[in-house]
Amino acid sequence: MSVFINGIGLISPQQTADPALFLPDVMEYTADYLQVINPNYKEFINPIAARRMSRLIKMGITSAKIALADAGCQMPDAIITGTGLGSVEDTEKILTEMNAGEQLMNPTPFIQSTYNTISSQIAITLKCHNYNSTYVHRTFSFESALQDALMQFEEKVAANVLVGGIDEMTWNHLQITRRAGHWKTDPVNNLKLLSYHTPGAFAGEGAAYFLLGNERCLSTYSTLRDVKTIYNREKATHVEDAVKTFLSANELDVNQLDAVILGYNGDSRYDGLYDQLGSGIFRQTQQVWYKHLCGEYYTSTGFALWLGANILKHQLVPAAVRFNNPNPDRLQHILIYNQYQNINHSLFLISR
Amino acid sequence: MARRVVITGLGILSSIGRNLPETVESVLASKSGIGILQHLDSPHKDEFPFAEVPWSNKQLLELAQLTDSLGYSRNSLLGMIAAREAFLHASLDKLPRLRTGLISATTVGGMDRCELYFNDFITNDSKNKYIDVYDCADSTEKIADLLGIRDYITTISTACSSAANALLLGARMIRNGQLDRVVAGGTEALTSFHVNGFNALKILDKVPCRPFDANRNGITLGEGAAYLVLESEESASIGGREIIAELAGYGNACEAFHQTASTPDGKGAFLAMERALNISGINSSAIDYINAHGTGTDNNDIAEGLAIERLFGEKIPLVSSTKPFTGHMTSAAGSAEAILSILCLTHEIILPNLNLKTPMPELRFTPVTELIHESDVSTVMSNSFGFGGNNTSLIFKKVSNPKFQIPNTK
Repeated sequence: MSVFINGIGLISPQQTADPALFLPDVMEYTADYLQVINPNYKEFINPIAARRMSRLIKMGITSAKIALADAGCQMPDAIITGTGLGSVEDTEKILTEMNAGEQLMNPTPFIQSTYNTISSQIAITLKCHNYNSTYVHRTFSFESALQDALMQFEEKVAANVLVGGIDEMTWNHLQITRRAGHWKTDPVNNLKLLSYHTPGAFAGEGAAYFLLGNERCLSTYSTLRDVKTIYNREKATHVEDAVKTFLSANELDVNQLDAVILGYNGDSRYDGLYDQLGSGIFRQTQQVWYKHLCGEYYTSTGFALWLGANILKHQLVPAAVRFNNPNPDRLQHILIYNQYQNINHSLFLISR
Repeated sequence: MARRVVITGLGILSSIGRNLPETVESVLASKSGIGILQHLDSPHKDEFPFAEVPWSNKQLLELAQLTDSLGYSRNSLLGMIAAREAFLHASLDKLPRLRTGLISATTVGGMDRCELYFNDFITNDSKNKYIDVYDCADSTEKIADLLGIRDYITTISTACSSAANALLLGARMIRNGQLDRVVAGGTEALTSFHVNGFNALKILDKVPCRPFDANRNGITLGEGAAYLVLESEESASIGGREIIAELAGYGNACEAFHQTASTPDGKGAFLAMERALNISGINSSAIDYINAHGTGTDNNDIAEGLAIERLFGEKIPLVSSTKPFTGHMTSAAGSAEAILSILCLTHEIILPNLNLKTPMPELRFTPVTELIHESDVSTVMSNSFGFGGNNTSLIFKKVSNPKFQIPNTK
């Protein structure tokens, strides 16, 4: 049984909200973190409802609606969201009030701070009573949502599943998590991300929803074959072996991969894992990177999956994402490999 | 034919007991855990009762045999203690490893540390070791590290149905052959964040919660953690262990109505229960007891009650909400109430809906108000409904000839 990516909605720091376009121009920024380009949310959400919604909820509903329209689907059989942090903005609003010793009077930020709000607001918008769930596990959030979605097809309970990965960054949260060593301490030029060679990643945000279906259609980008997460707290996993095992479970060999999308995020402490693969098993393979375009966030693999699916659909690897230069003329199979601090690793396989 | 999913271990820590044996003792004595806040410093401590776990973080660290070198949230400590109890109860420490997963649920993760140190996080480096405990995954990874679980880990957050969805996912992964064993459940520490939020929604009762009472006036917040070990039948047959019960069905549906309210007729509740029956292949007339979500809010209890009436028609099972025992454990409620439901099967009891004086005039049925002994209960349903309309129902079945041993972990 095959699962197809039939529609995508991506709101990111690049001009991606229109599914008809595939990276026409690349946005260059010098910033502490990358922020999404907000589409005109009023075109997608009733303005009265939108007034109370925080930005993350609007990003979620809008990208979900774009994905559904792209696939021509009205009512998915399941809505599944991955979000590492949920609504940071609402949570901070509450903590700031509490910190000032104020009594919380307005319940809206509390309601929106609940991680499942995005999935449930999408359900409310669509009046969709079907399966609905939310995964909140760091860089496994979107992966877990996809694994749940793939299982829905295996169980034969769904023909169409809406699945997304969404996270936001705020200035305050950036400052706090900088203390814990996650990010670079100075502004970064995104297109020169790999020239810094300093500890810490470069933060970003984004919302990516995908309409997965059990049938190929006119809008189909690619198939989604497999998703795997590897929890590697003891650093016991040898990444090269994990990649080979994953590929062989899908009856593929490294030589059959036409491109590999790697999660380089500019953190000098951990990017070496990608270098090892790039000079090792992927030496001959077209290597692609993406976090200079969207930044690092817990659900950044949503951007990677959008990129991979579009590469297969358009049979084109845009120059801005090429890491090396074999530039294959035929693109059939793409592997996505991402890791965060060598603890949470994930692998995706998509095919034309 | 999908694989059967059976339960081989239980672990629970709540206001009514620090482990399974204490919990059994409390429910058999109809003893509620609701009282006055001792540990959480909340401006609302004199205004509302709470079902707080009666141990400080320092005592919990001792219970978990840990030091705070890594930075532990109360949320993690509660989860680690309960998950370890379930893991040991199922003797997973003594068996050859099979593919084992951890699916944990929480709604605000390490908020209990974050709200205390938020000012430090902004202004200085003194509490940096707690910054990464803020998110929902932290407690899950701490539990996975404690138990050495590596094959699959994830975290679910669907508000008050979170732990029920963790059990649902675990059951699905076993049925689909992706894992052999899953430790699944939820953990939730009381926080000012929650207390203030629920207070802003005006749904905290000033007296201990009274689910399904005509005069009910909101919820009583609780805290704690509960985990179950789920296994395929094949995996459970290894090592001559007792099977405690079967997880026979699960259903997930969304109200798609309002962020914090149920439809008046409980459409989402109805669909979740109906889907659980369909998956299990069990006829509605075979359900003996429903452990209701029964929060004590005006809205939930009428919607859930009407949905039960509509689904079960003339033969409404015995019903009770056990939230007056444990308070509303939010993200851990689903797994805590799954365990209480399973105790009904193993101990042949029906748990009472405490604090119920005046039945709701809108409903045809009245929940059970006294503990029933020697009940011939063999199939139970446990409901968990959350904000955002995330509704989940689970069905547990008695296994033939259970020789359930309460472990002596006291």
